[in-house]
Amino acid sequence: MTPFPRNQWYVAAYRDEVGDDLLGRTVCGEPLMLYRLQDGSVAALADRCVHRRYPLSMGHRDGDRIVCGYHGFTYEPSGACAYVPAQTRIPRTARVPAYPVVERDSLVWVWIGDPQVADTATVPRAPWLDSPGWTVVRGMEPLAARYGLLVDNLLDLSHETYLHGGYIGTPEVAETPITTEVDEDARIVHVRRRMKDVACPPFYARSTGIEGRIDRWQDIEYHPPCLYLLHSRIAPTGVEPGPDGDDSAACHAEIVYAITPETETTTMDFWMVARDFATGDEEVSRFLAESNRTVVLQDVVALNALEKVIATEPAGYQELSINIDTGGLAARRLLRKLVEQ
Amino acid sequence: MSDVTARETARTVYTIRWSPGSDRLHGVCHCGAEHEAEDPVLMWRWLLAHPDHEACDEASRPW
Repeated sequence: MTPFPRNQWYVAAYRDEVGDDLLGRTVCGEPLMLYRLQDGSVAALADRCVHRRYPLSMGHRDGDRIVCGYHGFTYEPSGACAYVPAQTRIPRTARVPAYPVVERDSLVWVWIGDPQVADTATVPRAPWLDSPGWTVVRGMEPLAARYGLLVDNLLDLSHETYLHGGYIGTPEVAETPITTEVDEDARIVHVRRRMKDVACPPFYARSTGIEGRIDRWQDIEYHPPCLYLLHSRIAPTGVEPGPDGDDSAACHAEIVYAITPETETTTMDFWMVARDFATGDEEVSRFLAESNRTVVLQDVVALNALEKVIATEPAGYQELSINIDTGGLAARRLLRKLVEQ
Repeated sequence: MSDVTARETARTVYTIRWSPGSDRLHGVCHCGAEHEAEDPVLMWRWLLAHPDHEACDEASRPW
């Protein structure tokens, strides 16, 4: 059994990363090659020539066809071989797998599993990434750690107090109780932390311009295996949403992560910050991009260290879980269910 | 239709609230059953034992 849930959608790239050039990515242990067709859609093929395994991403394009850079095997976007060198007969097995692809919310999703059961309606959504009224900064950091460690990390934000002090962490994050809700039918883990009259961390003080104490909401919505949403609300303390639901007096940041397993012990950590405040302020964009990347890199250092610890520990090591882990335990269980399906 | 049956046909949602100012966890199963615990592992075990909350098997670990 693979350690990855199969028959699932995973983010392989940002929309802007896929163009005329051939982009090689590995998702759930499967090397892929992505490129944009002349009609604007995206194709994803196995990144391995059927002949001698040469990565197709090291070849070149001939229109929408891909020419292997080693011996010239040429493939259609469907994966069918259109040409083999120096002979007219194309072997029946000369074909590389093609992966279902969906572009949505500025993300390029690929289906890992049986293409026959791929359902584009099940791609989880993050509309703020591609909506008027929102400004987005983003990046991707490679992790030398298994994807489950990033899931653990993001489902328990109390670590912000200790690992990200001076950026997004304040003492109140670790001290505030959480509510965890698991919707088994929709397969979503919710973890809510609502902080009232607390210090504003530099990340939000400088970007929102709010001075003084704040009410801070952290509402996590995790769609296993790949998409993590943190609905972050920041408002001067006492400012509540109106009875009609109007919350325009508050600042909102939608923190989005795509957690894409690369191999058993490496992960692509796609991170995005969408905001509905200071949307035209380039300085705020630069600050948030730099600050969030710093925070993500702090996680990268920590999780890479954890991966090394796991690699050298004796079998059967028993962790200790406490209240802050309630949501993380739920996420682990759902992931295990998906792997076993 | 009884209340319990009505709840059973609703969404399968488990909720765990960490009571402010304490170490107590308050769990609510989708069937409406409620439980108190101080350990999230034990709490999830109890919730996932549905419908046999009473006979919750301490030996079966859900993860």
